[in-house]
Amino acid sequence: MRQTLRRNVTAHGFLLGALLCFALFSWYPMIREIVMSFQRTKRGHTRWVGLDNLDLLTQDPAFWQAWRNTLLFTVLALALGFAVPFVVAIVLNELRHAKGYLRVLVYLPVMMPPVASVLLFKYFYDPGYGLFNNILHTLHLPTSAWLNSSDTAMISVVIAATWMNMGGATLIYLAALQTIPGELYEAAELDGAGLLRRIWHVTIPQTRLILSLLLLLQIVATMQVFVEPYLLTGGNGPQGSTTTVVYLIYQYAFNFNNYGAASALGLVLLLVLAAFSAVYVRLSRNND
Amino acid sequence: MRTLISDTQLNRRRGRIVYRIVLCLVVGGFTLVFLGPLYWLVTGGLKTTQEVIQNPPTLFPHSVHFDTYGEAWSKMRMGRLLFNTLYYAFGALAFQLVFDVAAAYALSKLRPVLGNVILGMMLATLMIPSAVLIVPQYLTVLDLPLLHVNLVNTPWAIWLPTVANAFNIFLLKRFFDSVPDELLAAASVDGAGPLRTLWSIILPMSRPILGVVSIFAVVNVWKDFLWPLLVQTDPKNQTLNIGITSLSTGVPQNVVIAALAIASAPTVVFFLIFQRNIMAGLTAGSIKG
Repeated sequence: MRQTLRRNVTAHGFLLGALLCFALFSWYPMIREIVMSFQRTKRGHTRWVGLDNLDLLTQDPAFWQAWRNTLLFTVLALALGFAVPFVVAIVLNELRHAKGYLRVLVYLPVMMPPVASVLLFKYFYDPGYGLFNNILHTLHLPTSAWLNSSDTAMISVVIAATWMNMGGATLIYLAALQTIPGELYEAAELDGAGLLRRIWHVTIPQTRLILSLLLLLQIVATMQVFVEPYLLTGGNGPQGSTTTVVYLIYQYAFNFNNYGAASALGLVLLLVLAAFSAVYVRLSRNND
Repeated sequence: MRTLISDTQLNRRRGRIVYRIVLCLVVGGFTLVFLGPLYWLVTGGLKTTQEVIQNPPTLFPHSVHFDTYGEAWSKMRMGRLLFNTLYYAFGALAFQLVFDVAAAYALSKLRPVLGNVILGMMLATLMIPSAVLIVPQYLTVLDLPLLHVNLVNTPWAIWLPTVANAFNIFLLKRFFDSVPDELLAAASVDGAGPLRTLWSIILPMSRPILGVVSIFAVVNVWKDFLWPLLVQTDPKNQTLNIGITSLSTGVPQNVVIAALAIASAPTVVFFLIFQRNIMAGLTAGSIKG
């Protein structure tokens, strides 16, 4: 009895530091996030306003545009940021030479401070003296206004974001590929399966769990995009074409000082992402 | 190890040719895509203000101007920014190692009452996207509950929130779970208390996972943007990311690029030195985790 008590006291002693930090910086803010979504503070006076914050948001055209932009960013970022690392990982896994060098290269941007990569891309994107337009010009291809046009601003942000972030996913896929038993490929080959069929019937099923988990994580991460548009286009971009949901949260909270609306928007984002996760859990359960 | 394509297939004449072509394309393409921008970063800082915005751009600087780097160092206060970032990063690392290792050890091996509830509540925070909590977290740091202290513009505003990292707890606990209980029982028979067991048995076995946690801890602070933007508003406390952003307007392009090169150098060099450990750590972490 006394021993159990002592063990418990010791254990909770070990837990204390982390527990306090979780309480202060995760659990309490989460509760506060929900509470503040239904409150409004004016001149230091806070009162409950029900769903007024949500009303305010939905009447703001920027709200709908931010969602459209964020979804567009997510779709584009996944098309590039999910598929490219997978293909790259498959190719890298087949190479017998220069593997270490290539892995270092692909991971290098991940280690750079985002401000360096983003401002460098901003320099490349410059329609006048930028590198990209000059390359296109040299190849006799049509040049682009990149960040300065509402049509191309978002895709420009996505390209920069993919360059910056694809290393992590590539290395994780690569690690997953290395766990596939070689006998499976041998057996498939004996059965006469060609290269693409081996990828389809061995590689993808064997890495399905990590693929689907990373897909979910990437959706959650890309829907929270902030730094890239903030630095590349100043946040809103031409005609608000790069305003993202998190940037709008930032604006409501720190430019308009409307913490209630900012929290309500955060809660909406949380619910949307939770819905994605729920779909994921449902699908992965059905598959097993 | 056998992969998608067998060695016999590669050793055939056609296989060898195709392999050579693919290898050259991949190596060339990767070098261009990933090293190319870095080359531009380094040489951009060596060009003159006119040359850096010249159209068409020059592949090699006409004349090399090392003094741009000096100018960037003083104009952008790089020394201060670098020091701040390192200070925040290694402080965060220390707090995470102490508190998260202790917590994971308690949850894995000491198994207190309500341990599973606490673990569940910690892991539940993984489901909450970090950007969602940015506003209430900021308000909490502005006026800490009960203590009523303002942490804004102190290093604590960076250090303490990093401890609330459920991913660390998850990785560490899983690793500690794999340490056999018999080993701990043996240590206990020899009279080792919980702290001693953690220090002399578990930690030496956990080097790979501690490496992973440490790398993530430092890199996360180094790369974080939105949080330091909010909580380090005083220019003398700013991190590299925020400081360069706020100083980059109104400074010539070549000076900005030189500053970016200086800001990237530490992590790139750190990565090149420890790349074997970092890669091995990352892959071990991702398979185990």
